[in-house]
Amino acid sequence: MTAVNEWAFIGVFMSVAWILPTAPLVISWIFRPRRPNAIKMQTYECGVETVGDTWVQFKVQYYIYGLVFLIFDVELIFLFPWALAYNQLDFFAFGAGLLFIFLLADALLYAWRKNALEWA
Amino acid sequence: MENTCDNIISTLAPCLTQLGWNQGLAEFISTLLGVLLVAIFPLVLVILLIWVERKVAARVQDRIGPNRVGPFGLLQNVADAVKLIIKEDITPAGADRLIYNLAPIIAMLSVVLIWAVVPFTPYNIGADLDIGVLYFVGISSIGTLAIMMAGWSSNNKYALLGAFRVVAQLVSYEVPMVLSLLVPVMLAGTMSMQELSFAQLGMWFIVVTPVSAFIFYVSNLAETGRAPFDLIEAESELVAGYNIEYSGMKFGLFMANEFMHAFTANLLFAVLFLGAWAGPGATAIPFLGFVYLMIKTSIVYVPSLILRATVPRVRIDQMMAFNWKFLVPLAIINVIVMAFAIMLVKTLGLAPAPELASDFLANLPQTAVYILANLIVVAAAGAMIRGSVRRDRLALAAARTQPDSEPEALPAPVAQHS
Amino acid sequence: MLELNPTSIAFFIFSVLSIGGALGVVFSRNLIHGALFLIVSLFGGAGLFVILAAPFLAAVQVLVYIGAIAILVIFAVMLTRSMTNIREIFNRQWWIGAIASVALLVVLVVGVILPTWGPGGTNSDIVLSETTASLQDLGVALVSGNQFVLPFEVASLLLTAAMVGAIVIARDNESY
Repeated sequence: MTAVNEWAFIGVFMSVAWILPTAPLVISWIFRPRRPNAIKMQTYECGVETVGDTWVQFKVQYYIYGLVFLIFDVELIFLFPWALAYNQLDFFAFGAGLLFIFLLADALLYAWRKNALEWA
Repeated sequence: MENTCDNIISTLAPCLTQLGWNQGLAEFISTLLGVLLVAIFPLVLVILLIWVERKVAARVQDRIGPNRVGPFGLLQNVADAVKLIIKEDITPAGADRLIYNLAPIIAMLSVVLIWAVVPFTPYNIGADLDIGVLYFVGISSIGTLAIMMAGWSSNNKYALLGAFRVVAQLVSYEVPMVLSLLVPVMLAGTMSMQELSFAQLGMWFIVVTPVSAFIFYVSNLAETGRAPFDLIEAESELVAGYNIEYSGMKFGLFMANEFMHAFTANLLFAVLFLGAWAGPGATAIPFLGFVYLMIKTSIVYVPSLILRATVPRVRIDQMMAFNWKFLVPLAIINVIVMAFAIMLVKTLGLAPAPELASDFLANLPQTAVYILANLIVVAAAGAMIRGSVRRDRLALAAARTQPDSEPEALPAPVAQHS
Repeated sequence: MLELNPTSIAFFIFSVLSIGGALGVVFSRNLIHGALFLIVSLFGGAGLFVILAAPFLAAVQVLVYIGAIAILVIFAVMLTRSMTNIREIFNRQWWIGAIASVALLVVLVVGVILPTWGPGGTNSDIVLSETTASLQDLGVALVSGNQFVLPFEVASLLLTAAMVGAIVIARDNESY
């Protein structure tokens, strides 16, 4: 198959495949009982009444993990073409990739030493 | 003109065109049938998967497992599905309805879409994309979004907390997974799944890069939320994490999605490291290739089930430390050492000639070099572990010999292992 | 000019996704819905890359933008109070913004797009070649000494700087 046909498969897949998980939901919607009452609709908090609104103290650590992941993600995007063409390249390419990865590891080391990767 | 309708599975479109249909329509029908086949297969398989899981967990725990509904309990999941369909669906007050309903569908879609690039036989693959490996990683990251949506839209503190932790875990373990995927791509020189399978005809990649296979396997365990990284559904902690407010079939979809995701991740492990459909007679009889692929996936999947029933859960800070302080540096070292080894093999001329590329014996010299490189990486990993254990020991000794510690200070946490 | 083949239908769909998603980001009163509309718009952009025979860039879009940046945006949105019911979508200077964007659009179309790709323009008679650069070519170009190896390394340096900056900003003011 040509490249366009491959992506046409993916396109048809995305257009059609969402029907398959939706079908049990629709069947359930047809067949299930509906008896809402106020107590059932309450937010779950281990059986007691909820205290305060649904606002959670957001730990900054989650965001830092996301940031570090973002940096690594972009680095990996650069590394993939390097890895693809690696077989055809000479030692200079290994050196270039090594320098790139070394800087990446350096950033990780910085984050490690500055305790940015601790959960607490 | 030969009759193209003989091999109808591979050539449906030309067959229909020959019968007089419009070519575009024939191709569309053939694509649609392929899509339906590839999309329905995992959904049907998940019924069997949940049964296997329950039986294996039961046998590990010295009990029988479901054996009443149907022969050997095989119809247990059909009964469970029917039960979930007719259960009342309690949407909590204040939930964001559109996102709440959309989240399970997108979560399941993110797993089913991966099956489009799995090479079932040497000739049959849904879509042999040039960027097969990156497609798999991209679709996995959409799954992370679905969990975030589920946790947010439930309007529940615990769901939100659970969703944050899950997203932090999934996002963190994606880094070593993608880093370990760089090595098969380097070895084969392509990202297409079918080409990767053909590149393993000489020697499976698990023999060539066992460290990458290990990192990929562990990262997959964490990405799919299986033990010991199953903080996602830690029943004793956040009650069911982002699943709390889901009931009925939506919850069923999340559960089925978890099992399907685990199987799909192991399927990709089999494709990338165990040679996919490669085996005796696979190129002659395509169906045999499909059977081999399923057998290989099961060989990798059942240990993950046994692992689930055996090991305790790790804490979130242990999990993060394990990822960022062990797996990621190990994966980086692995990429560097394997890149050096590939360059070495190329300069020494140990690679087999292209016509001998699928011969086992011709691949042995370069495999020996690669295994040596992997041993170096394992030694580096051992050094890292020893270093971190030594640091913990010194920290503990230093904390003990402090005579002026505050009365309410707890001893230094031992569990900060790297 | 307007043919109805699968490529143009796909282009139409992905353009609707991109522009509709962008409109949704701007006009929605719920910030979380805005973040999700952003994801829809980025997905449309990825689809447009696929139509342009650049599947690697589509994968980059999904992997980096939707997989990392959109998640960070959602995290950041959750830090905001009263994000589910914004009272004012536009501030009082909306008419200045409207004039500026329309002026920019006119300048772009009349000054750049029409003279280059419009009828009689400088590039209007270029036929797209059948050969597209493969991903291996991109890889070779990235590390070749006479091509793009310097921007490749500078990109890594830039990412290290980004990491350092993010950690400096995000950490508590303890004495490290």
